Amino acid sequence: MKTYYSVLRLRLKIGLQYRTAAWAGIATQFFFGIIQIMVFEAFYQHSAHTPPISLKELITYLWLQQAFLAFIMLWFRDNELFNLITSGNIAYELCRPAGIYGYWFARLLSQRLSSAFLRCFPILLIAFCIPEPHRMTLPPSWTSFVLFLSALVLGLLVLVAISMFIYISVFVTMSPAGSTLIFAVVGEFFSGIIIPIPLMPEWLQKVTGWLPFHLTADFPFRVYSGHIPPPEAAMGVLAQIIWLVLLVGTGMFALKKVLRRVVVQGG
Amino acid sequence: MNLYFKYFRMLLNSQMQYRASFWLLCIGQFFTPFVMFAGMYFLFERFGQIKGWDFFEVALCFAVIHMAFSICECLARGFDSFSNLVIKGEFDRILVRPRSTVLQILGSNIEFTRVGRLMQSAIVLIWAVRNIAVDWDFFKLTTLFFMVTGGVFIFTGIFILAAAMCFWTVQGLEVANVFTDGGKEMAQYPLNIYQKWIIRFFTYVIPFGCVNYLPLLYILGKSNGGSDLLYMMMPAAGILFILPCLAVWHFGVRHYRSTGS
Amino acid sequence: MIKVEGLGKSFKVAKRTEGLRQSVRSLFHREYTTVQALKDISFSIEPGEIVGYIGPNGAGKSTTIKIMSGILVPDQGSCSIMGYTPWKERVAYVKNIGVVFGQRSQLWWDVPVIDSFELLRDIYKVAPQDYKQNVELLVETLHLQDILYSPVRQLSLGQRMRCEIAASLIHSPQILFLDEPTIGLDAVSKLAVRQFIKTINKEKGITVILTTHDMNDIEALANRVILIGRGSLLFDGNLNELRSKFGTQKTIVADYQQNVNPIQIPNASIVSWTPERAILNVDTNKAVISEVITQLSDQLELIDVSIEGKPIEEIVLQLYKEYQI
Repeated sequence: MKTYYSVLRLRLKIGLQYRTAAWAGIATQFFFGIIQIMVFEAFYQHSAHTPPISLKELITYLWLQQAFLAFIMLWFRDNELFNLITSGNIAYELCRPAGIYGYWFARLLSQRLSSAFLRCFPILLIAFCIPEPHRMTLPPSWTSFVLFLSALVLGLLVLVAISMFIYISVFVTMSPAGSTLIFAVVGEFFSGIIIPIPLMPEWLQKVTGWLPFHLTADFPFRVYSGHIPPPEAAMGVLAQIIWLVLLVGTGMFALKKVLRRVVVQGG
Repeated sequence: MNLYFKYFRMLLNSQMQYRASFWLLCIGQFFTPFVMFAGMYFLFERFGQIKGWDFFEVALCFAVIHMAFSICECLARGFDSFSNLVIKGEFDRILVRPRSTVLQILGSNIEFTRVGRLMQSAIVLIWAVRNIAVDWDFFKLTTLFFMVTGGVFIFTGIFILAAAMCFWTVQGLEVANVFTDGGKEMAQYPLNIYQKWIIRFFTYVIPFGCVNYLPLLYILGKSNGGSDLLYMMMPAAGILFILPCLAVWHFGVRHYRSTGS
Repeated sequence: MIKVEGLGKSFKVAKRTEGLRQSVRSLFHREYTTVQALKDISFSIEPGEIVGYIGPNGAGKSTTIKIMSGILVPDQGSCSIMGYTPWKERVAYVKNIGVVFGQRSQLWWDVPVIDSFELLRDIYKVAPQDYKQNVELLVETLHLQDILYSPVRQLSLGQRMRCEIAASLIHSPQILFLDEPTIGLDAVSKLAVRQFIKTINKEKGITVILTTHDMNDIEALANRVILIGRGSLLFDGNLNELRSKFGTQKTIVADYQQNVNPIQIPNASIVSWTPERAILNVDTNKAVISEVITQLSDQLELIDVSIEGKPIEEIVLQLYKEYQI
C-alpha cells in the first residue's frame, strides 16, 4: 500500500511540473464543455417532445464529464507500459516483488487520479461561476451527493479494470495505438461520452445497460444530478461492485495467461 | 513536390512493415467518426431538427469538416507530431539539410491509417449529397470541393501554429486541441446554432465558418439575397489562413535558432 | 577554410523546483538563470585537417558544432566557413557540410539503408552519376555490401554508424562534423569507423571536425586538438604539444640484480621499491631522463628499464581537474 501511495505522490509531482500543460488542459476542457452544451441547447430549443433528461440536468452532466475526464476516458495511455510489452522488456517487470496486476493497476489509477486532481477543481469552479443558463447545479440532496461520490470512485476502479484489458490485449495485437483506439471508440460510445445515454434510442439504452461502460461515466453523473434517484442509485453501486470483481478477476486471469506465453517464448 | 512523393513512398513502405497494426488502426479510424455520426443520427431521431436544420444538411456539414480533418491529419501529420521531433532533437537534423523546413516536416510523417477516417466521411458525404434537397450543378459541386480544400488548409494552419509553439514550450500543446479537435467538433454543426462570440471567433479569427457554414448557405439556397459569388468564394479565406500561420512558423524557427531550446 | 572569431552564446534556463509546495508555486511564477555556454571562442581550421574537439560534458562542444553547422545563431562573434556565415545562408551553406550526430539517426528505421540513401540523394539534389559513384566508393570503403539492403532496425550499432557516416557523405561535402561518432561502439567497430574517417580525409581531402570522449579516437585520428571547458578555449594545438606541455610526468620502471640498499636519485620520486624492482616518477621539467638512468645504472646492476609517458586519457583528465571543469 505504501508503494502505491508513493507512486501516486510522484505522479502528482510530475503533473505539477507541467504548469502550462495544466492550464492548457483546463482551457481545452472548458471549451469542449461549452460547445457541447450549446449543441444540446440548440437541439432542445425546438424540441417537439419533452426529452427524457432536462436541459439543466444535462448541463450538469456535461460539466461533470469535463471535470472528471481523466476518470472516464479510455484513450489515456501509458506509453512506458506499452513499450515494456512490445519491446519484450516485460521480463524485468516480472522481477518486481509486487504482483504485476496490482502494480499496473495502481500505476494506471494514480495517473488518472493525479490528472483529475489537477483539473477537476478549476473546471468545477468555473462551471459553478459562469452565468446562467450554463451554470452547473448542486446535487438535490446530501444522499445523492454521497452516493455520487461512492459511484464516482467505484466507477474509476471499474474503468481502470477495463483499461487493464487494453494493455493485456497489446500482448496479442502488438499494436498499442490500435488496441487503444478500438477500446476507446467502443467504450466511449457505450459510456455515454458521445451522446448521453438517456438521449439514445430505447434499444441502445438496453444494450448499454448490459455492458460495464455506463457505470464509469454515465451512472455517477446522473446520480449527482438526481436523474437517478437514491434507491436506484444504491442498486447501481451494487452493480458496480459486482462488475469490478468480475473485471479484476478475468483481468488477472488473462494477464497470467499472456504472461505465461511471454515467458515460454523467452520474451 | 517530387521530393514530397519520395517521402510519401518511403513512409508508406515503412508503415506497411507493420501490417496488422496498420489495419487495426485503419478500422479504428473508420469507427471514430462513425460513432460520432451515429450519435448525431440518434439525436436527430429524437429531436428531428436543430434550429431549423434537418439531418442531411447537418450531415453534409459533418462530412465536409471530417473529410478536411482526415486529409489534413494524413498529410500534415508531421506538424501534428512535431513535438516528438523537437524533443528528440531531430529538428537539428532538418536544419542541416538544404531544403525548406516546411517541406521536410511534411515529409517527416504521413499517417496513412487516416484513410479509414476519410472513407467514413466520404460515405457520409455521398449519402448526404444524394439525399439533400439541392439541385446539384457544376458550381455547387465546385463549391463543395473547395469547402473541403479550404478546410484542409485551415486545419493544416492550426497544426503549423501548434508546431511553432513547440519552439517555446512543448507543454500545453493540448490547447491546440481547442482549435483542431474542438474546431472539428464545433464545425460539424452549422455555425449559427452557437452563441455570437463563437460564431465571430470561428468566422473572423479561424475561418471555419468560411469553409463550411457560409458556402453551405449558398448550396442550400439559404443565402437570403446575398451575393452567391461572395458565398462561393468564401473557402478562399480558409486557404489564405495558412499564410499568417507560416509566418509564425518561420518566426518560431528563428527563435529556435537563437535559443536552441 | 574555417575561421571562428570571438564566438559567444548564452542560454536562459528555468530553475528546477523541489518539493510539492514549490511545484505548486512554480505554477504561477518561475525563475530563470543565464548560463554562459560559450565565451570568446576563436580558432581557424585549414582544409584537409582533422580536428578533435574535446571537453567534458556541458563544456560547450555541441553548442559550437551547432553554430558551425548553421543550426544555432550565436550572440557574439563571427564565423566564416568557406565564405559563408553558417546561420545566415543556411540552405546554401549546408549543401557543403555533412553532420553526424552520434546519438541520433538520420536513417529510416523500417526501410533498407539504400532507400535512405536515395532519399538523401533527392534532398541534396545529387546528380545521378555523382550519386552512383559516391555510393560505390562508400560501399567499398565502408564494407556495406551485405547490409545495404537490410532494414536499419536489423543492423548492429557499428553497422549503423558506418551507414550514418556514409549517409552524410552522399552529397560529397567538404566539411564533415562528427558528434561523438564512436559512442557505444564495440572495439572492432570503433577501429573500422576510425579507419574510414582517415581514408575519406586522405583520399577526398574532407576536413573533419569531431567531438568525442574517447581519447583513442583523438590519438588515432586528430593531429590537432581543441580543448574547451566551461565555454572557454583552453588549448589549441597538436597532440604532441599537449603531451609535452602537460604530460611531463614520466614513469621509469627499473629491474635489477638484487640490491638491498635503497637507492638515492635526486629530482625523482620513488613510487615503490623492492630489492628487485623500483618505480620512479620523473618530471621532465626538473630532470633529464637520461641523467636519471645514468644515476640508476651507477647505483644498480640494471636488467631492464622502461619509460612510460602518461596516457593521453590521463593528461586530459588531469587538465579537466586543473581547470576545474
